[in-house]
Amino acid sequence: MHVPDGYLDAATTAGTAAVAAAGVALALRGARRELDERTAPMAGLTAAFVFAVQMMNFPVAFGTSGHLIGGALTAVLVGPWTAVLCMTVVLLVQALVFADGGLTALGTNVSLMGLVAVGVGYGAFCALRSVLPAGRTGVLTAAGVGAFLSVPVAALVFVGLFGLGGVADVPLGSVAAAMGGVHLLIGLGEAAITVAVLGAVLAVRPDLVRGARHLQRAAALAPRPDAAGRPAAPNTVAPVAAPADVDAR
Amino acid sequence: MTRTRTFLLVGVVVALLIAGVGSWYASSSPDGLEATAAEQGFGHTAEDSATADSPLADYSAEGVDDERLAGGLAGVTGVLLVLVLAGGLTLALRRRSASTTASTSAGQD
Repeated sequence: MHVPDGYLDAATTAGTAAVAAAGVALALRGARRELDERTAPMAGLTAAFVFAVQMMNFPVAFGTSGHLIGGALTAVLVGPWTAVLCMTVVLLVQALVFADGGLTALGTNVSLMGLVAVGVGYGAFCALRSVLPAGRTGVLTAAGVGAFLSVPVAALVFVGLFGLGGVADVPLGSVAAAMGGVHLLIGLGEAAITVAVLGAVLAVRPDLVRGARHLQRAAALAPRPDAAGRPAAPNTVAPVAAPADVDAR
Repeated sequence: MTRTRTFLLVGVVVALLIAGVGSWYASSSPDGLEATAAEQGFGHTAEDSATADSPLADYSAEGVDDERLAGGLAGVTGVLLVLVLAGGLTLALRRRSASTTASTSAGQD
């Protein structure tokens, strides 16, 4: 969903840049509460991983492809404010080094894939997590739904921006239908990748999933696993290669 | 502690493999936005990014003839770049543990 330069007029582009700057400034403050010695390296890894998986475009219908945004996944793994920073770094590197997403459109892309995708994905995750039964399945379901919703919502926010300041004069309704439709499909891929990756991390190191910390607290009340104080998690280093499932063979 | 290190190391290797090797198999069809823009008649309003002649533009290393290698090199470079930048930023922002914090931590923020 990387918006190139030129789609939106200067005023709208400047507006989204201001929104993105404000969001990143807030995130720089908020992330301090989320980050400690252990979560900081995890955040670096998550950002690098999202960059990698964003290269894996998967086919959706009619000669169109999509790729993971990763806002929901990152927020559940490392916390929402840190996720905004991770997404911003990914988008910055993509725009500056890889010419993926416009340079003047960077603020638009940070707004859509940083702020909106993280906000919607994490908001839905928290709302669902609070009503679903506590446990692995509850966390994965909440994350999957959050990931799914984040994609069409971000797409529709783009359509809103296009309505405000799209350079081309095309009927907004049909743009909304087309963008919404294809991004519903891409959202299914987003949910699948998010659930696969989170499932793999939860299987190996559930304590590294910030959005599943309540499970750790619940587990702490359960009978002790062994005298060495090891967590009850399996000791094998299971392959974290789940995302490979998603690639188009 | 070592297990966390192992986890992080495995994670980085997986990311490098996805970007360096797996990306070759990614779909090259236009993405949802690009396809919509073309179909709805505003694709032509896209402008080349100012970074369009970057040596790694479009995820392909300039001057490398083998396309597969060029893409792999670009992906690996990107993963390492994001890792260093995001990891550096989050390490700089993290709460220091008691041993590394000065006695002023009460006044944080």
